[in-house]
Order: sequence, then structure tokens, then C-alpha cells
Amino acid sequence: MQAIRIATASGGAASAASTVQQAPLTRREFLKGTGILLGTLAIGTPIAALAPSRAWALELKALDTATGDTLLKFGRVLYPHAQLPDAVYALLVKDLDAMAAADPKVATLLRDGVAGLDRATGGAFAKAKPAAQLAAVKAIEGKPFFATVRGKCVTALYDNEMTWTAFGYPGESFSKGGYIRRGFQDLKWLPDPPADASPPPFLG
Amino acid sequence: MAKIAFDDDSAVVIIGSGAGGGTLANELCQKGIKVIVLEAGATQSVATFINDEWKSFSQLAWLDARTTSGSWRIAKDFPGLPAWICKTVGGTTTHWAGASLRFQEHEFKARKHYGAIKGANLMDWPLTLKDLEPWYDKAEDKMGVTRTHGIPGLPGNNNFKVMHAGATKLGYKQVHTGRMAINSKPRDGRGSCQQIGFCFQGCKSGAKWSVLYTELPKAEATGNLDLRPESHVTRIEHNAVGKVSAVVYFDKAGQEQRQKARVVCVAGNSIETPRLLLMSASDKFRDGLANSSGQVGRNYMRHMTGSVYAAFKEPVNMFRGTTMAGIVGDEAGNNPKRGFVGGYEMETLSLGVPFMAAFLNPGGWGAEFAWWMEHYSQLAGMWLVGEDMPRETNRVTLNANVKDKYGNPVPNVHFDDHPNDVAMRKHAYTQGERVYQAAGAIRSFRTPPYPSTHNLGTCRMGASAADSVCNAYGQTHDIPNLFISDGSQFTTGGAENPTLTIVALAIRQADHIATLMSQRAL
Repeated sequence: MQAIRIATASGGAASAASTVQQAPLTRREFLKGTGILLGTLAIGTPIAALAPSRAWALELKALDTATGDTLLKFGRVLYPHAQLPDAVYALLVKDLDAMAAADPKVATLLRDGVAGLDRATGGAFAKAKPAAQLAAVKAIEGKPFFATVRGKCVTALYDNEMTWTAFGYPGESFSKGGYIRRGFQDLKWLPDPPADASPPPFLG
Repeated sequence: MAKIAFDDDSAVVIIGSGAGGGTLANELCQKGIKVIVLEAGATQSVATFINDEWKSFSQLAWLDARTTSGSWRIAKDFPGLPAWICKTVGGTTTHWAGASLRFQEHEFKARKHYGAIKGANLMDWPLTLKDLEPWYDKAEDKMGVTRTHGIPGLPGNNNFKVMHAGATKLGYKQVHTGRMAINSKPRDGRGSCQQIGFCFQGCKSGAKWSVLYTELPKAEATGNLDLRPESHVTRIEHNAVGKVSAVVYFDKAGQEQRQKARVVCVAGNSIETPRLLLMSASDKFRDGLANSSGQVGRNYMRHMTGSVYAAFKEPVNMFRGTTMAGIVGDEAGNNPKRGFVGGYEMETLSLGVPFMAAFLNPGGWGAEFAWWMEHYSQLAGMWLVGEDMPRETNRVTLNANVKDKYGNPVPNVHFDDHPNDVAMRKHAYTQGERVYQAAGAIRSFRTPPYPSTHNLGTCRMGASAADSVCNAYGQTHDIPNLFISDGSQFTTGGAENPTLTIVALAIRQADHIATLMSQRAL
């Protein structure tokens, strides 16, 4: 199976649809990055339909695999969306890894933060029970590590087409002619307002 | 387009090309007056606007460093972004929603009608609604405001259907798709609204009035306009007799330039306008230009705001269609029995998923937050906007500890909500939630204020030079050839979205400047 590579960091708006199709990863590619996250999109979901391949891979530049995996799980505790695949949370890890690669202080903050989460959950945050994970996250709310990861979640998790698709937000509409002929007033479960409150549309 | 020499001192120099500056420029050019417009931002167009919230934000927003202080929640949630306004040709008329409401009569006389409110610096405007009515009329015609001049209202979208159903069930009477400067049918060479749903990101159909593609091209067509984008003004200079004489700015190449001027009009929005006057302090004007009253930068207002989002069992898809074409006007009057003076409007509002994540509950996380995001397609939303109290201590000052790229102090915006603002917000949240409950909401949420889009009052107009910066025409009391041409002039804020009033004042000011110039009084 071919794997799609989660695009290298370039701001918030990476998407499965825009990722580059890659040949299967070789051993050499595994060794090149510091860490790597791998996953598979579930069959039959709208998100899988967007992607050129169900398998995905994220090469890390500054963080190791265990740190990346723990940050991914931390993202899931902060913003728990059962219907979003790990591929979305990998976008968070991608952005955090880019920050870590650009600034050693951030790298240290993230590594120490992950070590703290591991300690708080008796060894491995990534494998801990949900209640223990939540307790560990609540204990560090507002701290710099928490604030850095949570702040990055806002764009990483919610400014991408996989999440938009899952939540029913289509993004741009101009190229499709807006919504004047595509349901801007198609709500049927309430009465239509009278014409003086809401005149009919001009359809040219 | 005109090309006016740096040492030509015959032109009117306008700083800022938004609702105030851009309108003023066109009005003056139409009267045969030479105008230079210095705009800090770059030029975009309907073709370059982007239907993507964050990308558009990067393209249009004013992102130069600013700092905040005070007890308002913005200082905690967005400490570096007190205002959500634009740095681009056309200014914030690229981003604005289009709501175009006249002030009510009593709002021009807030001190008289509200009385002495402790901790508020209320003052009556030096003009009345009757004075402004003919200019409102011209502004509405210019902007193509729906429900005026025989222009039909916009069709309501799904978000409006929810608002209308709930509001009318609650007994509200003034519920319709608003008075909007968005073409409901083709007008003035521009097409009609295509219900794109990205009003805030620059209207790609051009149906929404923006100075960018209305006033400025019309001004250019006269041959009297010299528009200079990417020109960041840092100082206004004056001569020995205390009249302003030149404007210093950095051009697109980063070169410092000095443009001589006959008249200078400042329209940089209510943070940059006072900042520029303060930065232009000299031996003659030690506290900044036009600041003998000490009021420059004070009385900063940002409207009482807040939003209510509500979730329903069925889909709403609020993002489809005109963002703000929906209003409930019943709470806009002054009815102190509610526990506060002044009033507020309820207006439909929608954010996309990216901005919903950023603004629904800044700093929020966990299962609760996730629930709201997952119900995105079932949400309806409204914005609450009302009159806030002017306070002398709410002010824009120069922050000497933080410098911009030109080495100048950045503006600090200090704001503390007045108890009247807090009481009004509480009432508005309650009524907003009741509207949605009446329409069948399963849950509702009180979203705190976004970074300020309505920035007002920092160079207020008034009858007396002792307690105001400019007169009823925006002409500064201290310097006769220096004018304030944006929302900084507002004496008080009213409940209404301010753009229509800014445009009406700009048209009126142009008429006044032309008269004074013809009388050689300027």
C-alpha cells in the first residue's frame, strides 16, 4: 500500500487532499527522520475519500517517535473527537515538531512536558487509561507546555479539510457560485419568515 | 491618477483609505480638489480576496504590534490583538459585514438623556440627528443600503430563519434582514449578493460596498487622486504658526518621505489616529497635536459586544449566505428599566470552523468544547452590539517599552468595562439565549467579545475646546487645517454599527472643507 506523507509544516492549513502521494517508506527514510508516526484512515469515511491513500506517515525533524505519539494522545485529550482519525492529530504533532526544530527551547519544553505527563500517569501517558490522562492534563492546565500545545491545536486541528469535512463545513464557496442556488435558505424545520422580513432572492 | 509632487503644498492629504478616509477622498476629488491618500496597507481586489478565514486574516488584518491592559477579557484572550481591523487599501470596509444603521435621536444627546452616569464621561454630540439626516440619506444612496431608497431587503438565510422564528415567538417586532450595504439586486455597476458566506474575508462578488472598488476608483477617475498604498505615516509636522504643513511616511521601499500638505485629515481608525497625533508631539505641542484638552486617546469605545451560539437537533448550516443579514431591533432603544442606559442590537453572525475554534470560547478545551465543534452544522449564531460608556481612563497611549519596525512606540489599548456595559451584556446574553430557546435550541453558549471591530471615540467631537478634540465637522479645535475623519470623532458610540455614520460624517466634512477652501479659510 502507498502511504501519504503528512505535508511538511507551513502554517495551519495542511490537508489530506493536498498531501503528496509517496512511494512506500524505505528503511533509509525511517532512519533519516528523528521519529515517525504512521497510521491508517478508516475505510468508508468522508475523510478517507479525500485522501489519495488510506495509509499516512509523518516524519519528525526534532522529536522522537515516542514524544510525537504522546503529543498526539495529548491532543486527543484536549480536543476529544471520536470521529477524527489520528491523521488529524498528527497535524498537531507536525506543527509542534516544526516549532521544536526551529527553536531548541520549544523542543526542551515539549520533551520535558511529555516526560511530566508520563510521570503523572505512572510511566506512559500514551498507554494510560482515559481518566488518568485527563487528570494528568488537568493538573498542568495553564502551564507553558499546556498553553503551547493547546494554542497550536486551534489551528492544527481545526484549520484543515479533514476536520471541516467531518464537521460539515465545506470551506470556500465562491468557485461554486456561493449558496444562492445551493441551499442558503433550505432549512425546513422552522416556518419561513414573511416576505417583508425576508424578500425573495434576486436570481438575475 | 494624479501624481502630486512631494513639495506641492496645495493638496489635501488623507491618512487612511477606509470608510472615513476613502469616502472623504472621493467626495473632495468630485469637487475638483487635489487629494493624496496615504494607506499603510497593500492593494487587494475581489480577485485576490480569499475564501479562507486564516489566510484572509493574514492578507487583510492590521497585525502590527499592539499591547493591551485593563480588566476587559480581550486583554486576557487576545493580548496582542485588541482590534480586528484592516491594513489594506479600502481599510476595514473590506472586512466589515455591511450593517448600515442610523443613530437614534437620543444617542446624539447621551448626556442629556442618560444623565450623569458615575465613571462615564458622557457628553452630547455637537450635532443632532436632524443635522445629520441629509448626510445619512446621501450615505445610504452611495452605499446602496437595503430598505432605503427603494432598495429591497436581502433574502434571509438559514441563520436568519432561526433568529426570526425565535424572536417573533418571543414577541419581538422589528425582525428582518437588516439595512445592509450589500446589493440585493445589481446597482451602481456592481452585481447582487451571491450568498457566498465570506463577507468578513472581502466580498469576492463585489456586492458588498467597500471603498476599495467604489469610492477610490471613482476618485481616481476624476484625475484628482494620488493614492499611495504601502505608505506608513509616522508623523504630522506643523509650521511656526501652528498649522500642519507636512506628513512624514515610509514608502513601500522603506524610504522615508515628506509630503507637504494644505490640509491633513487623519482617518487611521481609533487606535492609529490618536497614536499618530500623540507621536507628532513637538516643542509647540508637547502633549501631541490637537491635544490641549488632554482628550486625545481618551474615551476609547469598542461597543458592548458578545455572541450567542445555540445548537439545534436539525441542521442549520449558518455559514451559508450573507453573514449579518438579520437583525432584531427591539432592544435598541433606551429603556433604563432594564437596569442600564442605552440599547443594543441582535444581528446574525456566523464563523467558519477555523474561527469558531479560535473564538467560541478562547482558551477552552475538553469534551465540552469538542461537543460544540462537533455540532457545528447544527449551530445558529448572533452578535450582540450595543452602546458602551465612554470613560476617560479607557484610552490609547504610547507604549514606550515596545517599538514597531520604524522604531516608534506601539499603541497600548486600555479598557475596563463600565458597570453599565456589564449589565447590558448580561441582559443581551439572556435575551439572545431566550430567542434561540424559543426556536427550539437544545443548548446555548455565551461567547465573549471578539477583538474590537468598532473602535470609536479617541478624538471626540464636542462644542468646547476644553473637553473635546474636534468640532462638529471633525476640524480640530487647536489646528484649523487638521481634521479627524474616522470613528475617532464619535462623542458617544450609539448602539449601531458605526460605518454608516462614519461615511455620513465624511461626506459632510468634505462639503465643509471645500467651503472653507473656497473661502480661503484653509
